[in-house]
Amino acid sequence: MDTLATDTDILKAAEDWKAAGRGVALATVVETWGSAPRPVGSNLVIDDQGNFLGSVSGGCVEGAVVTEALDVIESGKPKTLEFGVADETAWKVGLSCGGTIRVFVEKVE
Amino acid sequence: MRLDILKALNTERAARRAAVVVTHQESGAQRLITQDKVAADPLKEVLEAHLRSGKSGVEETAEGRVFLTVHVPPPRLVITGAVHISQALAPIAALLGYDVTIVDPRTAFASVERFPGVKVIAEWPDKALPPLGIDRYTAFVALTHDPKIDDPALLHALERDCFYIGALGSKKTHARRLERLKSQGVSDEQLARIHAPIGLPIGAISPPEIAVAIMGEVTSRLRLTAEGRR
Repeated sequence: MDTLATDTDILKAAEDWKAAGRGVALATVVETWGSAPRPVGSNLVIDDQGNFLGSVSGGCVEGAVVTEALDVIESGKPKTLEFGVADETAWKVGLSCGGTIRVFVEKVE
Repeated sequence: MRLDILKALNTERAARRAAVVVTHQESGAQRLITQDKVAADPLKEVLEAHLRSGKSGVEETAEGRVFLTVHVPPPRLVITGAVHISQALAPIAALLGYDVTIVDPRTAFASVERFPGVKVIAEWPDKALPPLGIDRYTAFVALTHDPKIDDPALLHALERDCFYIGALGSKKTHARRLERLKSQGVSDEQLARIHAPIGLPIGAISPPEIAVAIMGEVTSRLRLTAEGRR
């Protein structure tokens, strides 16, 4: 059983933010390799002002995910992002644990 | 994600029902599978496997590469006995993300002063437990040492298929408990589900240490497969 009580609040927040008229994107960890700080299924919700709730890593890549999410909110097109030590962007945003994660970012609409 | 899917998903979660969101990686197309719709879905086998493990993940299927987001209800802990161990157990369990309820008909024990911020019900189990909707995402712990309180609660926990059932007491106390429950028609297989003496063997002595041992054992039931626990 994979249960993370805090995730309940994140998905509820996504619904509430949307109902309040904000542009909203949902990021979900879909795959991990090596030591990843947050399990598959972890969520991050982002609004069009860059506010966010939840986590997809231990805080290492959230900044990059938020930036991409703003794009997704604008275009409406989902994106899959990958972060890891072998990845060019990883040097910039850094997954300090040495793992690799793939994050699916989609607009709530 | 479509707002109607998100809303329906949140409704399922609020009702403590399991659900899976299937997302096609290429197109981003999505559907929500509620518990009652699993059997009729083309991905039935894959869905069932993921619901059993409670884990989300990517699968190659006849429909192509899909991501399954598995949502199972957050775990709850129901305790009989507003005792000293419960005073440590309740905050530790809350920290681990459990929604905690304590049941004890003895009003001197079940006081708000002793359990600030915890849901405490000063009723007998036969009255207090049925409305709680105890399910297989609930851990149940019997701590009163009083068969009049613990026994009916244990019967209810077994009936509701709690993922963890533990009872405080020495091997001797537990042997007597098993005899009592057996005489009430509980099978050996069911009785074997009760963890007693309760908690991981970490040499716990003080009530907070016993609480840690209990939550360690509850966590292992929640997170490890049968092989992993060996």
